[in-house]
Amino acid sequence: MNSQLPALQIVLPLLGAVLCAVLRKGNLAWGVALVTSLAMPVISGLMLQDVLASGPISYAMGGWAPPFGIEYRVDAASGFLLLLISLIGAVIMPYARLSIAAEIAEQDVPWFYTMYLLCLAGLLGIAITGDAFNAFVFLEISSLSTYAMIAMGKDRRALLASYQYLIMGTIGATFFVAGVGLLYSMTGSLNFVDVADRLAEVGTSRPILAALGLITVGMSLKLALFPLHVWLPNAYAFAPSVATAFLAATATKVAVYLMLRFMFSIFGVSTTLANLPIGEIFVTLALAAMFGASIVAIFQENVKRMLAYSSVAQIGYITLGIGIANQAGLTGGIVHLFNHAIMKAALFMVLGAVVYRIGSVKIDALAGIGRRMPITMGAFVIAGLSIIGTPGTAGFISKWYLAVGAFEKGWWWLVFLLVTSSLLSVIYIGRVIEVTWFRPLSKEGEKASETPLSMLIPTLILVAATIYFGIDTSLTAGIASKAADALLAGLR
Amino acid sequence: MAVIESIIQHYNHWIMIFLMVSGLYIVVNRGNMVKKLVGLSLFQTSVYLIYITPGKILGGTPPILDDAFTVYSNPLPHVLILTAIVVGVATLALGLALVVRINEAYGSIEEDELFANGEDGT
Repeated sequence: MNSQLPALQIVLPLLGAVLCAVLRKGNLAWGVALVTSLAMPVISGLMLQDVLASGPISYAMGGWAPPFGIEYRVDAASGFLLLLISLIGAVIMPYARLSIAAEIAEQDVPWFYTMYLLCLAGLLGIAITGDAFNAFVFLEISSLSTYAMIAMGKDRRALLASYQYLIMGTIGATFFVAGVGLLYSMTGSLNFVDVADRLAEVGTSRPILAALGLITVGMSLKLALFPLHVWLPNAYAFAPSVATAFLAATATKVAVYLMLRFMFSIFGVSTTLANLPIGEIFVTLALAAMFGASIVAIFQENVKRMLAYSSVAQIGYITLGIGIANQAGLTGGIVHLFNHAIMKAALFMVLGAVVYRIGSVKIDALAGIGRRMPITMGAFVIAGLSIIGTPGTAGFISKWYLAVGAFEKGWWWLVFLLVTSSLLSVIYIGRVIEVTWFRPLSKEGEKASETPLSMLIPTLILVAATIYFGIDTSLTAGIASKAADALLAGLR
Repeated sequence: MAVIESIIQHYNHWIMIFLMVSGLYIVVNRGNMVKKLVGLSLFQTSVYLIYITPGKILGGTPPILDDAFTVYSNPLPHVLILTAIVVGVATLALGLALVVRINEAYGSIEEDELFANGEDGT
C-alpha cells in the first residue's frame, strides 16, 4: 500500500473531481471534496516521513521504468511542498461550504468543487513529477481549473480578470514548454535526473541558454515575479474568497518550486548562477517587487486587492532567496514559501468571513468591524503581524534566514532594505487594523456578527500555525534547510 | 552565400520564429479579445513545431523494428505534441467561453472600450 502513495496522491483528487461533476448536488460534492482533500495531507505526510528517514522516493508510473516512463519523485523539496499544498487544501475545505454557498450560484457549486479538486491534483502533480513534460501537463490542468474558478466570482470584473490571467498564464506555460522542447532536442530526455546528467555532457551551448531563458521567463510569469505580476491583483481580488485563499497560498508557490527545480537541480548552480548574472537580476526584481508592490498596496481601497499586491511583494522575498543562492538564503526563500502560504491563506480567509457577513471588502465598509467580529479580526491582526515579520511569528523566521544569507554574502545593504520594506507592510497592514478597530462602526458593519464556527476554526488553525512556526522552527526551517541542501547539491 | 545557405537549411526554425513572433505580436497589439486568442493559438502552434521538426530524421522510417531498416524517426515528439494540442484546444475553448460571458456582461469584447470606463478594478 505504502509503495503506491505517490500515485494515490494524484489519482484520488482526479477521481474526486469526476465524482463531484457527476453528483451535481452542492452538499454531496462538498462532502466528496472534503474527504478527498483531508486524505491528501495523510498521504503526503507519510511520504515525507519516508523521505526524511530513507532518502528520495522514486515511483515508476504505470510500471514503466524511468527515464522512459514517467517518474514520480519525492525528495525533501518536493515532499515539503506536497505537504504544504495538501495541508492548505484540507484546512480550507471545511471553511468552503458556507462561503461558497453564499458567493456562488447554487447550480455552479458542484462545478466549483470539481475545479477545486482538479486544481489540487494539478498543483500536487507539479510538485511530485520527475518529468518535464508531465510537469507542463499538470501546470495546465491547474491553470485551466484556476481560470474557471476565478471566473465564478460574483463581480463581472472576475471575467476580465480570468481572461487576462488566461492570456498571461498561457504565454507563461508556452514559454516553459518551448524551453523544455529545446532541452529535449539537446539531451533527448525529459526525465529531470536524466536531463541533468546529460546536460553535463552537452555543456553550455546557445539552445541550452535559450531553454534556460524561456523556462525562467515562463515560470516568472506564472509565479508573478515583478514586473510580470499584472494578472495577479485582479485575479485574486475578484475570485471567490475560497479560491483566492487557496490560490494565494499554493499556485504561485508551485511555480517557484518548478523554477527552483530547473535552475538548481537541472541547469546546476555552476553553469547558470555562476556564469550568468541571474542572481543579480533576481535580487533586483525582488527588491522592485518588495518596494513597488508594497507602495501600491498602501493605496488600495479594496482590502482583498491590497493583500493581492502584498502577495506580489512577498513573492519578492521568496525570489530574493533564489537570488542570494547560498544555503541560508535559499532556506529563507523556501521557509518563506511555506510561511507566506499559511499567513496569506489566513488573511484571505478572514476577508472571506467579512464578505460572508457584510458582503464587502472596501476599507470604508470595514470601519469598526473589529468590535463586532473580535475573534475574526483578531486573527487578521496576528496574521498581519506575521506578514510584517514581527518576532514570535512565522514571518520573522523567513526574514531572519534571508538576512543571514545576505550577511554571509557580504550584502549588508540588502539587510537594510529588507527591514525598510517590512516597514512598508507595517503601513498597509496597520491601516486595516486602525480602521477595523478604532473607527466608528460603518453602515455595512451594523449587520456584522462573529463568523460561524465552521469558517472561524480553519482560520484560527492557520493563525495558530503562524505563531507555532514562529516559535518551533524544527519542522519548517529544518526541512527547508534539507531541501536547500538537496537543491544546491543537484539531483545526483 | 553561407548565410543564405544556413537560412535555407534551417527553414523549419524560421517558420517557427515567424509563427511565434507574429502570434505574440497579435496577443499584445490587438484589442479584440477573439483576435487575441487566435494569436495565442498561433503562438502555441509554433512551439509544437519546436518538438515535431527535430523528431523527423531524413531517410528515417517509422519506428517499427525491421531488419531492412536501421534509421528510425523519433515518435515521442508526436505523442507529446498530441497532448499539447489537447491542452491548446482546451485553453482556446475556455478562452472563447470567457469571451462569450464577457460579451453578455459588458456588451463588448474590445479591450479599449472595456477598460475605458475604469473596469480594470482601480
